[in-house]
Amino acid sequence: MSGTTAVSGSSTVVVTEAPRRALRRGRHRHTAPFSALAVIAALLWLFPVYWMVSGSFKLNSDLITSPPTWWPAPFSALGYQEAFAGNFVEHLFDSLEVTCASVAIAMVLSVGAAMAVARYRFRGRASLLVMLIGVQMIPFGGLLIPMYVYLNQFNLLNIPGLILVYIAPVLPFTIWMLRGFVVSVPKEVEEAALTDGCSRVKAFMTVVFPLIAPGLVATAIFGFISAWNELVYATTILAANGNNWTLPVWLEEFITPTAQVQWNAIFAGSVLYTLPVLIFFLIIQRRMMAGLTAGAVKG
Amino acid sequence: MATVEYQHATCVYRGMSSPAVDDLNLEIEDGELMVLVGPSGSGKSTALRMLAGLEVVHSGEVLIGGRVVTGMQPKARDIAMVFQSYALYPHLTIRGNLAFPLKQQRVPKAERELRVQEAARLLEIEPLLDRRPGQLSGGQRQRVAMGRAIVRQPQAFLMDEPLSNLDAKLRVQTRAEIAALQLRLGVTTVYVTHDQVEAMTLGHRVAVLREGRLQQCDTPRRLYEHPCNVFVAGFVGSPAMNLDRLPFDGTAARAGEVGIPLPGAAAAAARQAGLSEVVLGLRPESLSRALDGGGDGATLLSGAVHLVEDTGADAWVHVDAPGGSSALRLVALADTRRLPTVGDRIVLAVRVGEAHVFNPATGERLGD
Repeated sequence: MSGTTAVSGSSTVVVTEAPRRALRRGRHRHTAPFSALAVIAALLWLFPVYWMVSGSFKLNSDLITSPPTWWPAPFSALGYQEAFAGNFVEHLFDSLEVTCASVAIAMVLSVGAAMAVARYRFRGRASLLVMLIGVQMIPFGGLLIPMYVYLNQFNLLNIPGLILVYIAPVLPFTIWMLRGFVVSVPKEVEEAALTDGCSRVKAFMTVVFPLIAPGLVATAIFGFISAWNELVYATTILAANGNNWTLPVWLEEFITPTAQVQWNAIFAGSVLYTLPVLIFFLIIQRRMMAGLTAGAVKG
Repeated sequence: MATVEYQHATCVYRGMSSPAVDDLNLEIEDGELMVLVGPSGSGKSTALRMLAGLEVVHSGEVLIGGRVVTGMQPKARDIAMVFQSYALYPHLTIRGNLAFPLKQQRVPKAERELRVQEAARLLEIEPLLDRRPGQLSGGQRQRVAMGRAIVRQPQAFLMDEPLSNLDAKLRVQTRAEIAALQLRLGVTTVYVTHDQVEAMTLGHRVAVLREGRLQQCDTPRRLYEHPCNVFVAGFVGSPAMNLDRLPFDGTAARAGEVGIPLPGAAAAAARQAGLSEVVLGLRPESLSRALDGGGDGATLLSGAVHLVEDTGADAWVHVDAPGGSSALRLVALADTRRLPTVGDRIVLAVRVGEAHVFNPATGERLGD
């Protein structure tokens, strides 16, 4: 009879294979309802994504029939043709310009600010740290009107103005998160670099920066997604900006009160709009997980 | 290799009322291993960091090789520092860690690799060169930290409690290796520790600090035999010196009925100062168990044993003896072959010529 022998005090217990299988079955029975719930939740969450992708390959007429068709038949790329005809590529570059510029500037500012609050003691530091959390509670939408008036005064109702708007709400979160990463780099490691011949800037670039890179990636992703998906400010600020729109604004233009709405084009546009973020995320997801789970650096 | 000097150097941390290092004057000779020792908060690490350029010198000067380095950046001082936590670069291999300072000095690649190999060979860490710090044990990391300092060939080594994270056995072994290495390389070294055993065994000279002020700087032997004040007397030596405040009758310290004659110079100094009390210091080895009555004229103290510490090679007995207004609690060296037990009444013979006497008001040593 196969089994494992365990010794406990003066008695010896032999655990056989059969009871172990029974133990596993019991455990599965116990977790089965939760697994079923998880599957249902996943299906519910994934269904809109499936509907969007499958709808992008359907004819518009197939999207408004009842009962709905679950699978594209015939398989059509008309939606994508409409999307590209609507200058998708041009607006893609507009979105990339706004998003990449706002993320890049926010990262540069955040790194410097995070280093300052993490490494230096100065008057008002504690208040600043509290403020970094406090300002995040202000609803971003509530600032729309004053922001519009302010940007209008400086002739910034355009792409550069939108970039500035996107930097502001991202900064508190990124500074706070990066501060944690900087704190996790022992001060002695930086000091070792100083005594080893580095200036302060070089010590940061050669030692601290590589160690906080996972944190930078994680915060950059947060900034990227926030800026990429934002609609309200983009619509308001770019309304009179000629043809320079970000993709969320461009997508909104497909819904017209006068002509028939091309739902397949909207779905196709949504898929195309999602792709860059998805590709970006797939490329750096490992770094992001490292950034989110990175603990203290042991030197 | 160079001399190191502190001239009236002071450092005050923001918000603190008293200086962390207060008017430090210390000269370290070329090739010397100077140990800065003291309890937590004594300013020893701050003094080291002032030398490295990691703390601001608010007044006074710091000199390396006769050159004033106060206000200079750490990279310009030509020093190498070993930190308590080793501070290795976790994203670099050991080879990368050792080569890092040489890269900053723009040493050519071929020479860089040669010096890295030499340092690795000296410290027996060649098999570790392609690993990362996270894959090393504490002792191995300590060697790599030493290697990163050695590879620089600096004017001075600065070591901030490099052994404190090691276990006791490894600490003893590595201590000996550091001493041998320093002797071999002949580089001026400033070594900070809170462990007075480490200080006494490593240093050519030892500087004892307390609350930011230098108490005494001397050879280990002289520190042990001639502490200049009560603090140094109680800090140096393990077990610590027995220090008791006793009435002074003009020639002897009175421990109850027993008069302990003081050394002539100390007694004279106490009389001159008009003292009615003195602090008497007796090292544990100056007290021994008198099994045969101690002989004629011997000064004897009797008391009850309340603790016996047998460490193997040595044994120490803790004895409560009458001392007048309050009992004396004495630690004495005992013969391991004839150890008393707790509760026994024993007689201790005092080697009065080895007594240390201090002014109870100022703590300063009386006599020579």
